[in-house]
Formats: sequence, C-alpha cells, structure tokens
Amino acid sequence: MNAYVGTPTSRVDGRAKVTGAAKYAGEFAADGLLHGFVVEASIARGRVARLDTSEALKVKGVVDVLTHEHRPPLADKDEAWKDEVAPEKGSPFRPLYDERVKFNGQPIALVVAEDWEIAKFAATRVRVEYEQEAFSTDLESERGKAEKVDQPHKPRGDAAAALTRAAVRHEADYVIPTEHHNPMELFATTAVWNGSGGLTVYDKTQGVQNVQKFLCSVFGKEPDDIRVISPYVGGAFGSGLRPQHQVVLATLAALALKRSVRVVLTRQQMYGLGYRPMTIERVALGAKPDGTLDAITHEAIAVTSRYEDFSRNDTGWAEQLYKSPNSNFSHKLVDLDVSTPSDMRAPGAATGVCALECAMDELAVALKLDPVELRLRCYSDRDQSQSLPYTSKQLRECYARGAEAFGWSRRNPAPRSMRDGKELVGWGMATGVWEALQMPVAVRIVLTANGHAEVSCAASDIGTGTYTIVAQVAADALGLPIENISVRLADSTLPQAPVEGGSWMAASSAHAVLGAAEEIRWELARLAKAMPGSPLADLDAADVTLTDGMIASSDGRGAAVSIADVMRHSKLERIEKEKLNQFAEDKSHARNTHSAVFAEVKIDEELGIIRVTRIVNAVAAGRILNTKTGRSQIMGGVVWGIGMALHEETVMDHRFGRIMNANIAEYHIPVNADVHDIDVIFVDEPDERINRLGIKGLGEIGIVGVPAAIANAVYHATGKRIRRFPITLDKLLE
Amino acid sequence: MADLTIPERIPINLVVNGESRALEVVPWTTLLDALRDRLQLTGTKKGCDHGQCGACTVLIDGRRVNSCLTLAVMKDGAEITTIEGLARDGTLHPLQQAFIDHDAFQCGYCTPGQICSAAGLLAEGRARDADEIRELMSGNLCRCGAYLNIVAAIEQAMSRS
Repeated sequence: MNAYVGTPTSRVDGRAKVTGAAKYAGEFAADGLLHGFVVEASIARGRVARLDTSEALKVKGVVDVLTHEHRPPLADKDEAWKDEVAPEKGSPFRPLYDERVKFNGQPIALVVAEDWEIAKFAATRVRVEYEQEAFSTDLESERGKAEKVDQPHKPRGDAAAALTRAAVRHEADYVIPTEHHNPMELFATTAVWNGSGGLTVYDKTQGVQNVQKFLCSVFGKEPDDIRVISPYVGGAFGSGLRPQHQVVLATLAALALKRSVRVVLTRQQMYGLGYRPMTIERVALGAKPDGTLDAITHEAIAVTSRYEDFSRNDTGWAEQLYKSPNSNFSHKLVDLDVSTPSDMRAPGAATGVCALECAMDELAVALKLDPVELRLRCYSDRDQSQSLPYTSKQLRECYARGAEAFGWSRRNPAPRSMRDGKELVGWGMATGVWEALQMPVAVRIVLTANGHAEVSCAASDIGTGTYTIVAQVAADALGLPIENISVRLADSTLPQAPVEGGSWMAASSAHAVLGAAEEIRWELARLAKAMPGSPLADLDAADVTLTDGMIASSDGRGAAVSIADVMRHSKLERIEKEKLNQFAEDKSHARNTHSAVFAEVKIDEELGIIRVTRIVNAVAAGRILNTKTGRSQIMGGVVWGIGMALHEETVMDHRFGRIMNANIAEYHIPVNADVHDIDVIFVDEPDERINRLGIKGLGEIGIVGVPAAIANAVYHATGKRIRRFPITLDKLLE
Repeated sequence: MADLTIPERIPINLVVNGESRALEVVPWTTLLDALRDRLQLTGTKKGCDHGQCGACTVLIDGRRVNSCLTLAVMKDGAEITTIEGLARDGTLHPLQQAFIDHDAFQCGYCTPGQICSAAGLLAEGRARDADEIRELMSGNLCRCGAYLNIVAAIEQAMSRS
C-alpha cells in the first residue's frame, strides 16, 4: 500500500526547522564549555620555524594554545588518518601534527579560551615565523607536469585517425575554476567531555560513523569512547564527507584539557577545506556529415594537493553517453601546494559533462544541426563504455518532454536572432547524466503496542530529505499514519550507514526500511496466527500485509487482526527488528539517471548583464519517492548550475598561494534575484530491475548539464562562445 | 605589545520575544553571539559573521537587521524578535506554515533568517509581486537553492495577511 511513497509529503522535520528548534553541531550546550579559535598558516609551503604563544596565553580567559609542539598524541601512520572516503593514494592531512606547512590557510594552532571572542582576539597574538619554500598553486602554468591517473577507460578504435578524417571536427579546452561548497552552516564541532574520558562529539558531517571510526583511530580510542551525533546538517554538498579539521581540533583540545570544547571555523577558514578542483577539459569531436559521431576524445587535467591524489570521473560520461566507434579518454592530475580537493555536488559530472555538452553544441553549430537532433542521432540505448543495457533509460523522453515544455520548436537557430526589447535572447540545451548508486544500510524499527514506530539509522539528512522519505517508506510498509512514525538519524550508535553522498542514500535507506519492516511483519504474522481462533491461522507470513493498524490477508478476503490486539495478546510492549540491507550485485546492467536541460538567457548587450530567465529540467530518475522534496532537490541543483555557469570562482593570488575571495560577498553564489522560472519535470521511468522500489536518487543529477545549457544559451544570444567559466560580463564585453 | 586587559562587562537589558533578559556583555559581543551563546537562543544562525549571508536576521523594534553586525550594547532596551518568538501558543506564524507548505528550505540553516527577513518585509509593505520579493529578499542567501519556494511561501503569507 502506498499512502505516502510517491506523494508530495511535507518534510517531517519541517516544524523543527522553521521554529529554530533544530540544533546544529555548534549549538549544543555543555557545562564549562570552552571555545577554540584556529590560527592558520599564511604561507603556501615550508615549515613553521618558531611559534610563540606566550602573548596569547597572557590574555585573561585563555586556557591553552595547542600547537604541533604542545598537544596530546596523534596517530603516526597514514592508515590511521584514512577515513571511509579518503583518496586511495596519499598521506591525509593531519592538523597540528608537525611543523610542515602544506597549504595556505592550514591550521597551525588552536587558541582555547572561556569565550569565543577572547579566543579569537588571542589568536591574533600568536607569533609565527616561517621558513618558506618555493611553491606553485597555478594549474595552467604547471599544466605540462600533469600525470595520468589510472582509470578503467577502454579506448575504442583509433580516435586520432578518425579525428583526422572527420568531415566535421570540433576541438577545444573548457576551463572550470576552483569552486567552494559554502554550505550556509559554518563547520563546527562541539566535543562534550563525559568525565570518564569518553566524548560525545556533535559534528557537522555527512557521515557520523565515518567520523567516529576516524577519531578512534587518530586518537587511539576504543569504539565506546567516542560517540558522534549530527542530527541536523546545515548543508554540506560533499564538504562534510571527510572528517574536517575542526573535528580533530575540538577532540584534541577536549582530550588535552579534559573539558568540553567547541570549535567553529570562520567562513574564511572554510576555504582551507576541500573544494571542486579547477579542471581543464579538452574535448575533441569528429562527426560524419550525417551528424553521427565517429570520434570522441576527452582529456581532463585537474588540481590535486601534493599529499593526496584526488581524482573523479570527468571523462567517463563522454565514454558512456554517445555512440562513437572511435574514442579515447584520460584523466590527469597536477600536484600543487594547496589542500586536497573534495567531492562537490556531482563531482566529475558537473565539470566533465559541462565540457562535453558545450562541445556537442559547438559541433551542432558546425553541422548546422539542431542541438537536440544531434543528441538523438548519437543516442545510445546501451552504456557505450561497457556495452551494457541500462536498467532503465528514458532520456529520449526527457528531450521530448523538456523541449515541449520549453517551446524549443520555436527557436530560431541563428545566433543573435532573438530579442526581447533591448535584450538579446538565447536558448540553449544540454544533456545530464549521473550514476544510480546504492549501498548497504541497516535500519532498526521499534514498534510499540500503541501503534507507534521508531525508525533509526546512522544515515544523515543534510537537507536532502532523508528523515522524510524514511518516514514515508516506513509508514507505508507498516501500514501506519506518518504521524505515528518517528525517525532518528545521524548518531554513530545507530545501525550502520555509509556517508550520505553520491545520491545513494534515498534508495539505500528506503530498502533498509523495507527490510526491517518485513521482519516486523513476519513477527506480527507469526504472533497473529498463534492467537486462538485467528482468522489468519491458515495464512503464510508472505500472504499478509500491514495496513491501517491491522495485519490483514493480502488477498482482500477481509481477514484481519489489529496490531494492538496481537501485541496485547502476546503480552508484548514492543517489537524490535534490525536488518542490514544489501543489494544484489548486477554487472549485466548500467545504472544511471539522465536529464535534458533547456535554458533561456536574456542579455543586456551594452552592460553584459546575463539573466537566466527560464530553465526546464526534465529528469528521468526512476520512481520519485517524494515529489515535493524531490522537486526541491532538482531545483537546488539547477540553482547550483546557474552559479557554476555565471558566478562561482575561487580566485587565487598565485604570488602568495592565497585565496583572495574567501568570503560569500566576493565568492558569488546565486541570490534570490538571480533565480527566476525553473520547471522541473519528472519523466516516468519504471525500473523493476534496479531495486524493489525502482529508486535511483536525485542529489546530483539536478546540476549536471545546467552550466552547459546556460553557456550554450549565451552563445545563441550573443554569438560569443565563452569556454572559461564562470561566464562573467567582462568576458562578454571583451 | 600593548596591555592585554579585556574590557569590562556592561549590564544591558534586552526584551527578547517579549521577555525581559538582563545580561552583562563586553562591548565587542555581537547581538548574534549574545543570543546564541549567552541566551541559548540558537535558532538565530551564524553563517558568515560579516553581514554577507543574512542567516542571523532578527527583528529589532520590528525592523529586520543582521544581528552579526549589531553590537549587543547598542541595543540596550530594544525589543528583539527571533525565530523562537514567531509562533504563538504552539500555532505557527503564517510564514512558518507557508515555508513548510512550499518546502521553502532543505537543510534549514538559512531558514530562521529567511523567515525573520520575510516578516520584516511584510511589515515594510514594499513588496507587491514576486520580482520585488526576489529583490528585497536577496540579502538572505540559501545555498540549497530553495529561492523559488521561498518566494512562493512569502506570496502565500502576503495573500493571507
């Protein structure tokens, strides 16, 4: 029975969020709480030669200043510092470990004081002398040093020869700058000292169990010593996948001082965390006169730190998406004196597909072909990289529904041909693609005799709606009203869950709920059958469903017993079941979500001002669990795409290796006035193969394709092809 | 190096959500930190501490203000309304209900500031349509990108007020 799944159910945590009752990591109180303020390195590479904390310690209210020379022990093996999502290759950063400076903005001391203001003030009195070393933070000047990363790409045919003979060819570099997540909540940790040596750590994270294991290994603690809790996360978008500096520092200080400590990073300090790495994407396409592809090559050159190799799949999308008998792909990294990049919404795809889809638009222009028509001529019903069928792929329908809703057929293909008063009008489109991943997750359900169920799991809700979809699936599976379901998440003591990322949590948590609910149903059926004169006596557990507070036969002949009666008769106050759900491995099919994005821009040519007046995003992502929160997810992705196309860029001063716009006034993100009409269409995509409920996940797909659609619209409006993002007015006026 | 004395604490009185609250603060304490750290009213959020994001928006004597750019000592005697003070006797403020109805938030961190800012906007009576709401709400950033739903929620509350 589906009373809730598939409906626009309002967020179950909505009331807590609109009343201010929802508590985030830096908001938990503790007796005698101390406040830590981070001192950061101001050079990009070298060593701390001298660190004088004496003046800071003289400030009244300062309790201690922790440094690499003055701190409790930290693990000395790289393995201890490798969290669940750390890059395979490399040596993870260790805050306050030694005198080495690896990037500008690296934490080198923590001032701990009775008040936050005092800690902040005293931090200005820590004197640091450095021995600087030669460094580089500039990808473009170091491009020649790029080294190839091992990726499972399989070249097809002879791409070089096919490009040489191609009737129509397009080749270009697309440059995506470094971008920062900038979640609204500052990264924060409140480490509460329990007296007996244990800690309860409230942390801003996308994975409490990841942080818990990491802290235990870094500080040499037993699992019971540290509990990590993160009931609400004020946005993360990938920045909270790995344990961040502040959780190490707060824990370090709490252990050193045997007191509760809170560390909140400033907005500026958050620019020393991970980021979407600047990437140069070189795409070459060769086409036959009929508009089919004969060759694709895609090379990505991305930033990483000198201490870890972070790379993501930028080029695999070109490998998978379009038919092309000849192709070649490679991913390269350049080591720079910066912190390690991290996952950021649709990592690899937001960037790689942006380049691919801009290049496809340029090819369509060269072929004098409609951009949608070009995609249809190159369309593949199989994943081209592995020659596998998809569990489902309704991308054709996305193109059709999106084009229809947008009014694409009214587009005059000539650049600069459409106007609205003084403004040039441009229409562009692009394809989006992401993976449909799923992970093992365990859920515990406690059903009580009063018809209430508590559903718990260590998974996070980072604003994505996990609380709500877990409640929806549980309500349907247990046949209870959603008001009778309470959901507990993001406590490391709860049943197992991986970090929340990659769009895998909806499918993964939903099926774990189904698994635990099934165990509850079997138990209730067993008890119901055992009741004297039970109308269900001759039924199998498989033949009953839970509905409206009853255990009922599935065949509709009306036999039913109320759950309350069964539990009363069995003298049970509660039934508790926990189940780990694992998905069967299926290597015979590719699993992806797809989208078709259509964008309208209006451009004041004299001032170069670009407005994105309309976006239609038609998404095929299996079954949508909640059409309200699901639409919000896609809309949010579209807003991110607008930012990526027009606003976002972390600007580095390469003379100092220092970020120049480390704040959210000069690092531009879209504001309310930047966002106009966004139409989200969910294309019907039944998928009985991928998992029982046919769920694929929505967190990433919303952004993919949006920057390219906007860039292509800007070309259509102006005749100018801007290949260096973001597309700011100076580039249009040049 | 100069003398390291910390300034004296100054007694002030804030009327927060209708309740008189006496506290002693040093002059550098912002209203935002006084609310969050001293009065445990953590509904008001810190997103930048520089007046760039609007997460800290509260109503001071009915006007929307960035509490991170306001020193607590400057507001001695002022009437302050935070997100915790908008609901009455368990009934949500029309804006709070509209934000839930329209899914005008995801992570919820900018939400108290958005709602307080919207309450200030309604009181100003300056916004007449969606474009004006967009413009006049652009001091409140939402990284989850819930802007369209925020506008729809404010329109709902406007039409019912």
